[in-house]
Amino acid sequence: MYFSNIGLEKVIIRNIRIMTFFCIKMTINAGLATIPDTKCETDRASKSVLRGAEIIVKGLIKNGVDTVFGLPGGAVLFIYDEIWRFRNEITHYLVRHEQGAVHAAEGYARATGKVGVALVTSGPGATNAVTGIATAYMDSIPLVVITGQVPSDVIGTDAFQEIDTFGITLPIVKHSYLVKDVDDLESVIDEAFEIASSGKPGPVVIDVPKDITAKLSENPKKYFPDTLKSSAANPDPDAIKKVTGKLLGAKQPVFYVGGGIVTSDAAAELLRVVELLGVPVTPTLMGLGGFPTAHPQCLGMLGMHGTYASNMAVSESDLLFAVGVRFDDRVTGKLATFAPSAEIIHIDIDPSNIGKIKSPHFSVVADAKSALRAIAGLLENTEEKVLTDCRASRKKWWEKLNGWRNSVPLICERSESEIKPQMLIEELYRVTKGDAVIVTDVGQHQMWAAQFYPLRRPRQWLTSGGLGTMGFGLPAAMGAQLALKEQQVVAIVGDGGFQMTNQEIITAVQYKIPLKVIIMNNGYLGMVRQWQEMFYDRAYSEVDLSVSPDFVKLAESYGALGLRAEKPAELREVLENGLSHEGVTIMDIVVSKEENVFPIIPAGQDTRNMILK
Amino acid sequence: MRNTISILVANEAGELSRILNLFSSRGYNIETISVGETMEPNVSRCTIVTRGDERVINQILKQCTRLVRVREAKSITRFPHIEREMALIDVSAGSGTERQEILNLVNVFRAKIVDISHEQIIIEASGNRDKVERFIELLKPFRINDLTRTGCVAINKLFSSDDQTVFFEHGNENLSEELPI
Repeated sequence: MYFSNIGLEKVIIRNIRIMTFFCIKMTINAGLATIPDTKCETDRASKSVLRGAEIIVKGLIKNGVDTVFGLPGGAVLFIYDEIWRFRNEITHYLVRHEQGAVHAAEGYARATGKVGVALVTSGPGATNAVTGIATAYMDSIPLVVITGQVPSDVIGTDAFQEIDTFGITLPIVKHSYLVKDVDDLESVIDEAFEIASSGKPGPVVIDVPKDITAKLSENPKKYFPDTLKSSAANPDPDAIKKVTGKLLGAKQPVFYVGGGIVTSDAAAELLRVVELLGVPVTPTLMGLGGFPTAHPQCLGMLGMHGTYASNMAVSESDLLFAVGVRFDDRVTGKLATFAPSAEIIHIDIDPSNIGKIKSPHFSVVADAKSALRAIAGLLENTEEKVLTDCRASRKKWWEKLNGWRNSVPLICERSESEIKPQMLIEELYRVTKGDAVIVTDVGQHQMWAAQFYPLRRPRQWLTSGGLGTMGFGLPAAMGAQLALKEQQVVAIVGDGGFQMTNQEIITAVQYKIPLKVIIMNNGYLGMVRQWQEMFYDRAYSEVDLSVSPDFVKLAESYGALGLRAEKPAELREVLENGLSHEGVTIMDIVVSKEENVFPIIPAGQDTRNMILK
Repeated sequence: MRNTISILVANEAGELSRILNLFSSRGYNIETISVGETMEPNVSRCTIVTRGDERVINQILKQCTRLVRVREAKSITRFPHIEREMALIDVSAGSGTERQEILNLVNVFRAKIVDISHEQIIIEASGNRDKVERFIELLKPFRINDLTRTGCVAINKLFSSDDQTVFFEHGNENLSEELPI
């Protein structure tokens, strides 16, 4: 096979797929185009062999799954038949749109670290799931998404509800399968869970043609066991030694920590290292909760809407210790002037993240937990005097840092006449005693929540960081609340994002999931409006959402409790009543319309261009 | 800079598309690609000629290695290597003098005549890219009716070993070609 034309990759992919179909056709008996939709019970008793659909559901159970989010359709009828049969072991939650299924599975996975599972049908079922899969891919969330596919022998014929799910999801999965042989199915399910959760986690799609779910598996096969790369990367001891030496020696170090801390459960190790060294820490949006916000050594969030102190600290640091981060543009701004005088040490589990955007001076490929544990181990064996001297040598640095902190703190706008968005978050913090799991959507409310709700622990903060998916918050909070039965989960969403996935309120009502949604309602697509105000001459092009449904009535029509606060005086009562309500509550909090998120570093600029108010 | 990358990947449907998608989605460029089985029947080798500086090539290698079914990705160009591609050229050769001239070129370039008729000759030529291109260039005056070229395949020379600390400059392509033409 050869190709020499530049840019023809896409065409080639399609051709390869067509070739795949020919292979399938040759191996499968003709006449399967119409697969009789009958219950699977008939011949099961007489045979120990399993049908594809049963293998799938048993495989899920074997891999510890008790919760599946999904929506049935023609191509997954056999699987749903088994879901029905195993309903005592596996609970299926019927969402109202497949995007909701994947976000709910993500919420479940983000809240627990376990693999989230979604089940959707072929064609539109799969395309509706795409946004959720991409969201999980960008934030490295472990998911297994099972998509139905038309029967093998009609693949490639533009059959009803046929879509090239494998091809469409190719760029947004960690791995994917188009199952062509029922004998592969058991191994595929097992391997999918292993791939989704190991190393740098991510979504795995399993596309299963309908005939495969109906077929019996006579000789289950092992599926490429040797190609799985071991991912438990233990850091090189010499490298760790070198890193520790640099950390001890630096005069103005900063820890820049991200989602890797949360994913690898490294919060305790991070805290230990940070306290032993006496260094400042700045988490990214995805790293929030990985280090307690209220800790005296925490400078607050880094990046575009990060604190002044964090951004200044990175700008003036002599050593930037980057762990579990990927130098996202929302953090770095202008790359050339990001941490200009710092020696950069980068620790990440994904080798491709190292040097992708900013070349570090020194790097270690390892997961954050094992690297930080190794560093903590070395520090604990260091003479006390060395550590005391090290901390003492940073006195000047801390004076500088505290100067920045005190000169430009985050400002919570206040008013007697209207609710300021920052006030809402502060009040929520008080009412929930700072202990709620906060799930956000994307936009201004997300940034205010990140700034004004101090977090205490990892997985207390669930947000769509990389893809920035509006509509994520509500279904993700539902999945999280389902996983964290005893904990208070609160979704903070904007009035824009809320309307993208609010159909899932009824799912929460149906299954008695005590979903709590706070709509920060400013009648605008607020973040876009802010950019238009600041950078586009106040031309408010297509951001006005003042024509919206009555969210209280909407909640009531879904059978949920709807509450509204329009004045600061009403805020506390609404939050208290809403959050203590047993069932689903939708709180419509009308906030001041044209509030802006500050500080802001305009895209592609650096700390010097930070706009403070 | 031109760089030849060798990727060992599971011989499964869809794996090649994963690699190709990676190149297109990350904006890397493919000049040629050739795929074939290796000594292990369930592993294919994919040889891709691409362009990029050291940093880009490193990213390509790392991104490829991230794919679950990719066992190894390495740059062949970084070490002394041998590269070959093949062309089948259908060229017009109506008159005796034309035939004689074409035959001379075939000899000089150590190509092969694989089919012949009263009007046309089909030539099989192989060598590194430059050689094949020069050969084609020299045949152009005789009117080339059809032409088909493989992508590049490449292998590291024996003495290059696997000492990964040695990095050669990119300009070592001359080194790898034993024929003057």
